[in-house]
Amino acid sequence: MMSDHFSLQGKVALITGAGNGIGAACARCFAQSGAAVMASDINGERVEALARELVAEGFKVKAIQHDVAKEDDWARVVDALADWQDGWDILVNNAGIYIGGKLEENLLSQLHRINSINIDSIFLGTQFAASAMQPDGRFGRGGSIINLSSIAGLIGVPGHSIYGATKGAVRSLTKHSAVEFAAFGYGIRVNSLHPGLIATDMGHLVFKDFVEVGLASSESEAQQMLEKQMIPMGRLGDVQDIALAAQFLASDASSYMTGSELTVDGGFTAT
Amino acid sequence: MTKTQQQVALITGAGAGIGRATAIALAADGFCVVVSDINLEAATLVVEQIKAEGGAGYALRQDVVDEAGWRDTVDQIVASHGGLHALINNAGVATICGIEEESLEGWRRTQSVNADGVFLGCRAAISAMKHCGGAIVNVSSIEGIVGDPMLPAYNASKGSVRALTKSIALYCARQGFPIRVNSIHPGYVATPLVSNALAELEPSAADEFTASVMAKIPMGRMAEPEEIASGIRFLVSGESSYMTGAELIMDGGYTAA
Repeated sequence: MMSDHFSLQGKVALITGAGNGIGAACARCFAQSGAAVMASDINGERVEALARELVAEGFKVKAIQHDVAKEDDWARVVDALADWQDGWDILVNNAGIYIGGKLEENLLSQLHRINSINIDSIFLGTQFAASAMQPDGRFGRGGSIINLSSIAGLIGVPGHSIYGATKGAVRSLTKHSAVEFAAFGYGIRVNSLHPGLIATDMGHLVFKDFVEVGLASSESEAQQMLEKQMIPMGRLGDVQDIALAAQFLASDASSYMTGSELTVDGGFTAT
Repeated sequence: MTKTQQQVALITGAGAGIGRATAIALAADGFCVVVSDINLEAATLVVEQIKAEGGAGYALRQDVVDEAGWRDTVDQIVASHGGLHALINNAGVATICGIEEESLEGWRRTQSVNADGVFLGCRAAISAMKHCGGAIVNVSSIEGIVGDPMLPAYNASKGSVRALTKSIALYCARQGFPIRVNSIHPGYVATPLVSNALAELEPSAADEFTASVMAKIPMGRMAEPEEIASGIRFLVSGESSYMTGAELIMDGGYTAA
């Protein structure tokens, strides 16, 4: 019973990491809801393929290669967005990587790499969106920023220390920027989205990691253990579950939400 | 769509405020809405509006603390519609006073409506929903997460709703019942619950309370009931199908700051 209430008609969205997984699902879902979607990804070919598919289905989608950890890349992407559309209403800071492993075996270089992709990206994206969306900005019509955190940004999970730390930073940066933008009257809402375990390539890395840190003897055993013991709903989430939640946060239906956390985890953190 | 195929939503305290806005929103989404309120006249007016907009529903006088009344209400809905698909436990009361001024009677009254009412409603609905599937949304508050020096009884009752929601969500999931249960946590909303509570104070105290609240809302305004109804609509719909035991905070940034 998908009503017009959550429509994104007339809105322009930039979605990072849109080449696969949750990002690709968001691109499809937002486009189907009426938004013009600029889909960015570090892998230009992958996101081009998605855009071709969606354009062929009649949707307004444009692909762009984008390294979210680089400041000049953000400037180039926002310029491209301005060339393509007259406005910018939604940013989904989705691009991110997972690095697991036992904390005492993680390398400082791994921490720096995951910080750069998972945190620098959100910092840069939020900066560019804030400048462009605020009343005096280039687009000037306010907006909604959705930062992909994780339940690992809320609770502790073995093998998730450095990943979880980046996601905790995303949660906190969301609240600070939300309150700051509200105080300055920017008309920009900022919320974090916290998926549980989702059936994606990244989700499967978690199973692999459970085996590597010795918590399960095989990936399938890890999956079964997680589904049966840790996810009350008994199943992994689907990328569509997360895309629909992101759509809710992007739409005017969440007009009084800012600085909030939306947890979509099948009950994982309720227990 | 025939009567038996139409999904049914029961909303308590639906004669005014958030409940009223939710009733109108869910009717627009195609639900047959049972508009329950202790004030039948108020509920009837909401139903008239729903019907004028082409929706379906009926009014029901219900005291949410009446245990037998809950059983009868759910039984009747199942008998006439074949199931209950959404329950919004929205009815609530609030008084503004410090703990030293709160009477035991006042404390019990608040727990009774705000917490017992939710317990009774969930228990009654699960028996109907475990067969047809459904969604329960319990209206807690940001006051179930943070404290306010002038809301001791309300704080406790809404914290109870928050934790009870998680327990029931886990119970339903573990039992394999196709029922999702989530709580919604509105910040301050322009509703009779707020204006009536303020009206019981001396004007200067009411102004002081209002100023202290407004100063804590980064967005600088109270919510409209329709904005909270949008969140309830999301939690009831298939859009939130992987959410259970979760909290939806809609507070203009109040608890983020």
